[in-house]
Amino acid sequence: MRVNFTVNGRPQEADDVWEGESLLYVLRERLGLPGSKNACEQGECGSCTVRLDGVPVCACLVAAGQVEGRDVVTVEGLADFAKQRAEHGGCASGACGTSLQDARQWAAKGTDSQTGEGTGLAPIQQAFIDAGAVQCGFCTPGLLVAADEMLERNPNPSDADIREALSGNLCRCTGYEKIMDAVRLAAARQGEAV
Amino acid sequence: MDFLRPASWEEALAAKAEHPTAVPIAGGTDVMVEINFDHRRPEYLLDLNRITDLTEWQVGEESVRLGASVPYTKIMEHLRAELPGLALASHTVASPQIRNRGGVGGNLGTASPAGDAHPALLAAGAEVEAESVRGSRLIPIDEFYTGVKRNSLAADELIRAVHIKKADGPQQFSKVGTRNAMVIAVCAFGLALHPETRTVRTGIGSAAPTPVRAKAAEEFLNAALEEGGFWDNGKIITPSVAKQFATLCSGACNPIDDVRGTASYRRHAVGVMARRTLTWTWESYRGARRLTEGAA
Amino acid sequence: MAPNGAPIGTPTKVTQGSRTKGGIGESTLRPDGILKVTGEFAYSSDMWHEDMLWGQILRSTVAHAEIVSIDTSEALKTPGVYAVMTYDDLPTDVKNYGLEIRDTPVLAHGKVRHHGEPVAIVAADHPETARRAAAKIKVDYRELPVITDEASATAPDAILVHENRDDHHIGHVPHPNIVHRQPIVRGNAEEAARKADFIVRGEYTFGMQDQAFLGPESGLAVPAEDGGVDLYIATQWLHSDLRQIAPVLGLPENKVRMTLSGVGGAFGGREDLSMQIHACLLALRTGKPVKIVYNRFESFFGHVHRHPAKLSYEHGATKDGKLTHMKCRIVLDGGAYASASPAVVGNASSLSVGPYVVDDVDIEAIALYTNNPPCGAMRGFGAVQACFAYEAQMDKLADAVGMDRVEFRQLNAMEQGTVMPTGQPVDSPAPVAELLRRVKAMPMPPERQWESSEGADVRQLPGGLSNTTHGEGVVRGVGYAVGIKNVGFSEGFDDYSTAKVRMEVVGGEPVASVHTAMAEVGQGGVTVHAQIARTELGVAQVTIHPADTRVGSAGSTSASRQTYVTGGAVKNSCELVREKVLEIGRRKFGTYHPAWATAELLLEGGKVVTHGGEVLADLADVLEGESVEIEAEWRHRPTEAFDLRTGQGNGHVQYSFAAHRAVVEVDTELGLVKVIELACAQDVGKALNPQSVLGQIQGGTLQGMGIAVMEEIIVDPRTAKVRNPSFTDYLLPTILDTPIIPVDVLELADDHAPYGLRGVGEAPTLSSTPAVLAAIRNATGLELNRTPVRPEHLTGTA
Repeated sequence: MRVNFTVNGRPQEADDVWEGESLLYVLRERLGLPGSKNACEQGECGSCTVRLDGVPVCACLVAAGQVEGRDVVTVEGLADFAKQRAEHGGCASGACGTSLQDARQWAAKGTDSQTGEGTGLAPIQQAFIDAGAVQCGFCTPGLLVAADEMLERNPNPSDADIREALSGNLCRCTGYEKIMDAVRLAAARQGEAV
Repeated sequence: MDFLRPASWEEALAAKAEHPTAVPIAGGTDVMVEINFDHRRPEYLLDLNRITDLTEWQVGEESVRLGASVPYTKIMEHLRAELPGLALASHTVASPQIRNRGGVGGNLGTASPAGDAHPALLAAGAEVEAESVRGSRLIPIDEFYTGVKRNSLAADELIRAVHIKKADGPQQFSKVGTRNAMVIAVCAFGLALHPETRTVRTGIGSAAPTPVRAKAAEEFLNAALEEGGFWDNGKIITPSVAKQFATLCSGACNPIDDVRGTASYRRHAVGVMARRTLTWTWESYRGARRLTEGAA
Repeated sequence: MAPNGAPIGTPTKVTQGSRTKGGIGESTLRPDGILKVTGEFAYSSDMWHEDMLWGQILRSTVAHAEIVSIDTSEALKTPGVYAVMTYDDLPTDVKNYGLEIRDTPVLAHGKVRHHGEPVAIVAADHPETARRAAAKIKVDYRELPVITDEASATAPDAILVHENRDDHHIGHVPHPNIVHRQPIVRGNAEEAARKADFIVRGEYTFGMQDQAFLGPESGLAVPAEDGGVDLYIATQWLHSDLRQIAPVLGLPENKVRMTLSGVGGAFGGREDLSMQIHACLLALRTGKPVKIVYNRFESFFGHVHRHPAKLSYEHGATKDGKLTHMKCRIVLDGGAYASASPAVVGNASSLSVGPYVVDDVDIEAIALYTNNPPCGAMRGFGAVQACFAYEAQMDKLADAVGMDRVEFRQLNAMEQGTVMPTGQPVDSPAPVAELLRRVKAMPMPPERQWESSEGADVRQLPGGLSNTTHGEGVVRGVGYAVGIKNVGFSEGFDDYSTAKVRMEVVGGEPVASVHTAMAEVGQGGVTVHAQIARTELGVAQVTIHPADTRVGSAGSTSASRQTYVTGGAVKNSCELVREKVLEIGRRKFGTYHPAWATAELLLEGGKVVTHGGEVLADLADVLEGESVEIEAEWRHRPTEAFDLRTGQGNGHVQYSFAAHRAVVEVDTELGLVKVIELACAQDVGKALNPQSVLGQIQGGTLQGMGIAVMEEIIVDPRTAKVRNPSFTDYLLPTILDTPIIPVDVLELADDHAPYGLRGVGEAPTLSSTPAVLAAIRNATGLELNRTPVRPEHLTGTA
């Protein structure tokens, strides 16, 4: 079957989709957007969290056919989404995501991510880097989408609020302490900016 | 596999009549797991996402008509006053992402004994609005669950809504899992006080082949509350009454040993939850009484 | 200072590069951070190639059976299927692989030995096509009785899991269903026991833990024009994979080119091969790129787990609290294939005493062959199981003697100079008593944090969002534990790493590039390599080359060894490059300044400077028109094998130590546990990147908590089948289960190690588990000799 929907503000069309395919599979294998991760495919880990019409969901549990005509924001579009939200003072619809044609191994450039200046990261993305919340990084995209949405709803979360909002996102590397730090940092920076 | 995308409820009913083996998919939080793990290959998937009135609810005089696909998050946010037990149960469902997609219709359709909504529905009192091209009917919740992952729907029927009695007293829901979030129930317990009828109702999850009520426990407690004039005098329920209620709730279980817990633990835990939720609801009832009297 | 006032070590000193920004000791940020937060970082499961096929593995549905027949005809007829392969299709005589013992069939031959063993592989144009085709393969099994424990493995009439063993352990094991046995005998435990005023015995059980890395086993094999194959893969050790893969394919190693793709965690679970050979076989058979990605269900069958163990301990103590002796027997279940079992046995036995002084010991550790899931490496590697048992013993002993549990440990704590049961003296700081003092000194978390003005906040209570208690039945408990873990590969293994370092001028700036085959699995090795290069070469710009097999082996990302060994190799190669750079400088500019002739020149801030800070030249000028590149191997001090009868030998390179204090709140009626705090103190020698060090300690601590209260692979003892291969029933701690984890880092240099550093990753996983168990015992008064502890164990309903 064919599915038409919007991803990160850009209309997308996927053809020859098997009816049992998930939104996650279509994003990763058909649209070149592998940022949403395939860690459990049973809704238990949150690594594939995307926003479907603004709502955080597990992309692995959305049938591809269900997204016909709908709007999806993935980690690839998170920076633009956050930027538009900041500019419009509310919910952004998201703009163009990064299209990855070929998946290649990463090659670190001469600089490292000391400042992130000029890279146009969303505040939550920069906070994850700064706080050391990224290790293997497999849980990171889902956590970023979930944390960004929480801060949109609740700009001054308590620790318990953060833990509750992120309880659907498993991380196996960090022990979550640096993730807590990152979300607190993003909230504090968000507060300063206002 | 075929993917059916009805644009309206009528189309959905027609599709289900034409393809009775079609598996309805709304939030996808059960169906997609089975597909991803290759446990199920239905001939047809019947997508209900385009039928927007399934995600709406109406608050009536007596009850709330809750669309089958209203996400748990919405129940938590908007129906805490009318459906406190179900709102509490909704809050224990899996993760925020799942609560954003899943709804009571899915819980009922799957009819797993571990579904979180069941004990709350049983305790509150509810009817399932099932419909087919042949017509619509209301199935009392007590008659809905017929076996492990089986319900009383006909092959051509779909769940449109659930009619749940608005709370006329305190309700509680409690669930045991071996993790502090995102856990499938080892067992669960729902309790609703109904001061208007001077009755209590219970619901037990994951401790029998189907969700069940602890009817003997309810009858015992109804009688004990009546005899002691508790509804009127608002006294603290005596420990012996609470203990007997808990024992009878445990006795209503017919659990199994599985990877999530032992049968013996399930019986024990249901008893503890029964006693605690009785304390919480009764304290809340007493508190509300005092407030009312104070105002009067 | 130690409690008795004695010095416990010296702080680390660094001279070269200590003034260069972004060098060691700073919390520089990950070079892969931006890619990881934007979703662009390409993990092994993200690989994509035009025209690629999808591989699927058919696995055994039973644990132990003869294969009567395999019929692939229907599968082959399926449209979209390009290849179906079984054992008979393997191209060479090499049909097995294995880390140490090549006992693992690439595809089952005649027999399957565990549930989920690969039997056949399929390549098709869509994963669903491949799955449907695999389901059409008919395998006729004749089931055999299952061997599941020591009794069934060593029974007189036991079926041999592996017949005709010819590995180098068969000569010294008491039964062919025992992979390896390591006794350690020192002093005379029998005699010493007579001095004991108190004797404490315990039988302990440790459950099967899964690494549960989030990135599933996956990779892409691309056939090459030269008949070879390019493999993009997530692994812990590229060269070890290569040595196992190439012979099965019948290719020389230089025709199997491996590139590390993004690795979504490892924790030991990627030491063994998973889908590597299968993807290559299918790619070479079909002439098309083949991608394989396990789903979570398959992942539970696709890698080895932590060995479950039965441990019997006896300790004695005098009435003034001194340990007299220790006897123990540790039985590890290795499952159907050897994997890392022999080395796990070596660790479990040699570290079975823990960080304590006991001169008279009688130790035996074995690993079994059974039909249970294969077990091998996981963070902590044999030391975890032992620590759970000996720390429970320490509490029992302290109670018997009537001493404070922490003081009892401190009284018996090892220190620098202590002789291990293997006869090896500990020749660097071992601040065991000090670590305990530090965790005990940390402020306690406040009581009843769940109480708020709006009633109980269930998120802060046992049961969490499930709303099981508003404070009823909740009792607080506190527990302590400390552990010892070896760092690096032990027992005489030639444990080396290779680093290629290049220095040149790019765009007028001096730039260093570092190329190793080190598997970055999330630990932050790439961050540290850049820091080392900055420190050693005094440059700002460092490029980290992707890891592949075009450079020599970096050894495994295991055993807390990478910063030590590959970090050491990077440091060593940088030093060699620095000498070359200075040679060039002397040649070009030596006549301009007499200081060039003196020995102590440093590279700092992009310049050659004297020890006093005088600038002699810009590196850009020195290197103009020149480049320096050196690839060199680097080794830590050699180790020795343990004697097979006495266990004596200098088997380990370095030890690392961590201590925990656990504070738990237990709903004693429902048996639910909330861990409130896991405070940790650890000696890291030198924190090359303090933020990464904290990340390792906190992550390791939480994995230790997982096996204390929720994580366990449950195997049916009647069928040897796995009952919970999913994240629905194998529970990992969520952020709402996670306590605060305050960390106190001690930096006492190990003079034998680069920069004085000490491997960090594993030690916190050891003591976390027994600390949590001790705290639960403290809250409940129960004995709890098994981990994980489940609600039924706390409520008498097991």
